[in-house]
Amino acid sequence: MPSLGADMEEGKLTEWLVKPGDRLARGDIVAVVETQKGAIEIEIFEAGEVAQLIAAPGQTLPVGAPLARIRKLGEEDAEVPEPTPAKAIKTPEPASASIPPEPVAPRPAAEPAAELAPKKPAPPVRWTVDHAEPAPGQGALASPAAKARAAEALLELAALTGSGPGGAVLLSDVEAHVKAALAAQAAPPEPTEKPAAKGKPGLNMAEMRRAIAAAMSRSKREIPHYYLSHRIDLQTAQDWLTITNVERSPDKRLLMGALLIRATVRALAKVPELNGRFEGEDYAPSEDIHCGIAVAMRGGGLIAPAIMEAQDKGLDPTMDAIRDLVARTRTGRLRNSEVTRGTITISSLGESGVDALFGVIYPPQVALVGFGRPRVDAIVRAGAVGARVCVTVTLAADHRVSDGRRGAVFLAEIDLLLQEPERL
Amino acid sequence: MNPHEIRAAFIEDLTSVAPDIDPDTLEDDEHLQDDLGLDSMDFLNLVSALHKRFGLPIPESDYPELATPAKAVCYLGRALAR
Repeated sequence: MPSLGADMEEGKLTEWLVKPGDRLARGDIVAVVETQKGAIEIEIFEAGEVAQLIAAPGQTLPVGAPLARIRKLGEEDAEVPEPTPAKAIKTPEPASASIPPEPVAPRPAAEPAAELAPKKPAPPVRWTVDHAEPAPGQGALASPAAKARAAEALLELAALTGSGPGGAVLLSDVEAHVKAALAAQAAPPEPTEKPAAKGKPGLNMAEMRRAIAAAMSRSKREIPHYYLSHRIDLQTAQDWLTITNVERSPDKRLLMGALLIRATVRALAKVPELNGRFEGEDYAPSEDIHCGIAVAMRGGGLIAPAIMEAQDKGLDPTMDAIRDLVARTRTGRLRNSEVTRGTITISSLGESGVDALFGVIYPPQVALVGFGRPRVDAIVRAGAVGARVCVTVTLAADHRVSDGRRGAVFLAEIDLLLQEPERL
Repeated sequence: MNPHEIRAAFIEDLTSVAPDIDPDTLEDDEHLQDDLGLDSMDFLNLVSALHKRFGLPIPESDYPELATPAKAVCYLGRALAR
């Protein structure tokens, strides 16, 4: 079970798209997993042949649990001792059984200390069968305060989703659970017998909100943000776009959003340090630009899947990629690379927003570019005031990696590129 | 095509680009962007679907005429009659 986000602890296998004996190339889609971001297609990162499917559809498994065994092409199946038996292959289990029986939190300090402790990447969760089944309520990492509160509320710790280091259950997690349970009691379910809203398959709003909360809390806790704002005259780009679209059928038309994204991606060539990932103690700039685009879900929440290798996509391919990504974010399935490998994110408010948005960086990225709503504004050009379409672009960037001066060069470059839309 | 059929076709295309919109509670004067929350990409996908279905060019300058289901049905009816 791959991790599809720093905060993901488990996922539910919904479907296998391969069977034993199938040959796989790198990047092939092998399975569908239900997560906080809805149903995600899982790609394979090594070529080979499916030797055995270990997990069964419907199973909920912790991150790190084996889903299948792949052997290299031409390799005899050297009967590896079955890594499966008992637990892993059983039908869906209550969450208590899918929490790995790893260490019981040796966390003597009270909760605030746990929060302040230097953040290390969570240890990879391993799934082995030799470990003894944990006694109920003991298998989960938890702060002492959380344990006490859970006992008081008669809650099974292992059934809670922890937001602390290594997935540890914190007092706040227990409180949130208690509160939610009370709220659920207070508000009886809608009496109307409506079929579940048709929408994105496998998307659970409460889970998505929880994922956003975890990622954004981590961002604000760990990343020293700085912010820059700049107003760009978009009239030239708007005129070019209008003329360009007149000749095109609707399915070939461009949106201003595509120009903004293309200009941002190209501007990164000038300030490449804004594109990358800060994981663990080290920042690694990325050569490829996997440009996340924040897509707001109408029911609330958002998902920011990435346009992979956006640097190689011209304006029209960028537009096609956005169209495809938005459609799949809304109604279909994203791929795991798209939700886990982004190197920068762009959030654009589109036509019905406000003037500017100041973003929260999506960890482990180090920059978020925000575009407000383009609108007609008074601009002084050559000593005269005129009405021109403008947009405010903002940058939220990680001060551990870059400084305001470099951020300013970046925004100025986006501006410059948008003045020559035909060359984007 | 009568207005009733055009409306049904429009609703079908609208709910395919925005599957969370419930056709049963949709009001004819609801604004696609302001009330129903379509963004510019959803709107473009709707226009593309209508273009494909009806074979109409639907230039950008006509977009305001598609602002609500009621307006859109009138617009499509007029355009098809031409």
